[in-house]
Amino acid sequence: MAAISFSDVAKRYPGGHEALVGVTLEIDAGEMAFLTGRSGAGKSTLLKLIPAIERPTRGVVLVNGQNVGRMRAAAVPYLRRNLGLVFQDQKLLHDRTAFENVMLPLAAAGVPPREAAKRVRAALDKVGLLGRERTRPIALSGGEQQRLCIARAVVNRPAILVADEPTASLDAAAASEIMDIFRDFNRVGVTVVVATHDLGLAARYASRTLRLEGGRIAG
Amino acid sequence: MSGWLRHHAQSFAAALARIAGEPLGAALNTLVIGVALALPLAAFTALTSLGALVPAGSAEPEMSVFLDLDATRADVERLRAELAGLPGIRNVRFVPKDEALAEIAKTEGLGEVATSLKRNPLPDAFVVRLASPAAAEHAAERAGRLQKVARAQLDAAWVKRLQALLALARAAIVVVGALLAVGLVAATFNTIRLQLATRREEIEVSRLVGATEAWIRRRFLYFGAVQGALGAVAAAALDGAAGLFLGPLAAELSGLYGGQGGLTGLDAPTVAGVVALGAGLGWTGAFLSVSRHLHTLR
Ligand SMILES: Nc1ncnc2c1ncn2[C@@H]1O[C@H](COP(=O)(O)OP(=O)(O)OP(=O)(O)O)[C@@H](O)[C@H]1O
Ligand SMILES: [Mg+2]
Repeated sequence: MAAISFSDVAKRYPGGHEALVGVTLEIDAGEMAFLTGRSGAGKSTLLKLIPAIERPTRGVVLVNGQNVGRMRAAAVPYLRRNLGLVFQDQKLLHDRTAFENVMLPLAAAGVPPREAAKRVRAALDKVGLLGRERTRPIALSGGEQQRLCIARAVVNRPAILVADEPTASLDAAAASEIMDIFRDFNRVGVTVVVATHDLGLAARYASRTLRLEGGRIAG
Repeated sequence: MSGWLRHHAQSFAAALARIAGEPLGAALNTLVIGVALALPLAAFTALTSLGALVPAGSAEPEMSVFLDLDATRADVERLRAELAGLPGIRNVRFVPKDEALAEIAKTEGLGEVATSLKRNPLPDAFVVRLASPAAAEHAAERAGRLQKVARAQLDAAWVKRLQALLALARAAIVVVGALLAVGLVAATFNTIRLQLATRREEIEVSRLVGATEAWIRRRFLYFGAVQGALGAVAAAALDGAAGLFLGPLAAELSGLYGGQGGLTGLDAPTVAGVVALGAGLGWTGAFLSVSRHLHTLR
């Protein structure tokens, strides 16, 4: 069974803009798939359909066999706990420490505090931020902030990791560091989907590349 | 710990942490709620104390029935029977004029006057205890018309007036208390509305990382409840401080009326009740606010 499958999916935003027009694709468990395409091609829109942040206006989106396009609102939080999400605009809480930012998904899932604290430290360790627990995001470099986002995404030990432009504002060295982290997760079985402008990075790390053009898969 | 209990314990801990994280705002809220609750609480305490001012048993009215100066022994025995036969009479006690004079002689300041009298000017009297304030007027009127009775005087008029006053004050406290409760709910409603606005990002991110609406909502409900409870504690502290200041004065006043005690301090059950009430009102305000505003933050 595919980890993620889209069949004939369209997304029209209120206002009439058609961001996706009939996307069909499958991403298997354990793949490291890259989604490329120009700005406005629909990459973010496609990724947002996976955790049901947006709902398709046509077609079916399946995540681990679940029809997430039709999912009840009350079931969505439980879907999201099984996904790791890295957002294009980061969505870090700037009045919280690094530790508290990574703690949030565990607190929301009701993980006992002691167990949660252990897992937060393990996640920070994996992205090389152990020792920076009490730092606020504003005091971290761009690459460190991005790694903090990854720590928050993986702290729930998701089987699928979805990242939207995780290297957009980073130099080549910092971008490679981020991709190395994703590859490490992929090597232990996590399905990774990354949207990026950077074709070079895609060529180096992708097990598969999907190109979006005007809301369609072009190859 | 069961999952359910743990969820609530964590929400509670988060609410405490949030309050500790914004000490100034929390202190101001606590003070506002504290002052609002302190007023009806103080009034309640004062009423309890006033109740103690009225000597026990005096709620049952008494009537003094004074006899004509030329009343004979036989008249006394006849009147004793006639008075006892009136409706609403509990008991009848005869006070001979000598006993009345002796009583006056014992009273400070009047002793000299009493002993200097050549002749006892007092009449014989009956002290009649009545069953209820309602029956009192009627009984007094009938006693006054009996033969050889000079005058029947109701002694409990001030008690009745005081009780009417107490009843009015109690009703006023209920009204003021209800108004302030509404005010407290409104205050929490507004606090939480502002919190929701400033924590809009946190709410959005929480949703994205898998928080349920119930979880998000619970954080604010606990915040409201803790805030309300803190306000109630502040109210009790304010009243306690006021009591230290007013207590001696009240004791003096009470002494003048022959009562004992003065201000009854706040007892533990009352404080616990007020804290629970504050928490409940805070929770209610938060609940209304979250129900009204949370879904608009999408
Ligand atoms: N919430 C929205 N409401 C209306 N239109 C939207 C919304 N989000 C995206 N769009 C439109 O949908 C199209 C696809 O946007 P999307 O963000 O998916 O592109 P993208 O490939 O991620 O672009 P970028 O590389 O700049 O991030 C764009 O034309 C955009 O203007
Ligand atoms: Mg995008």
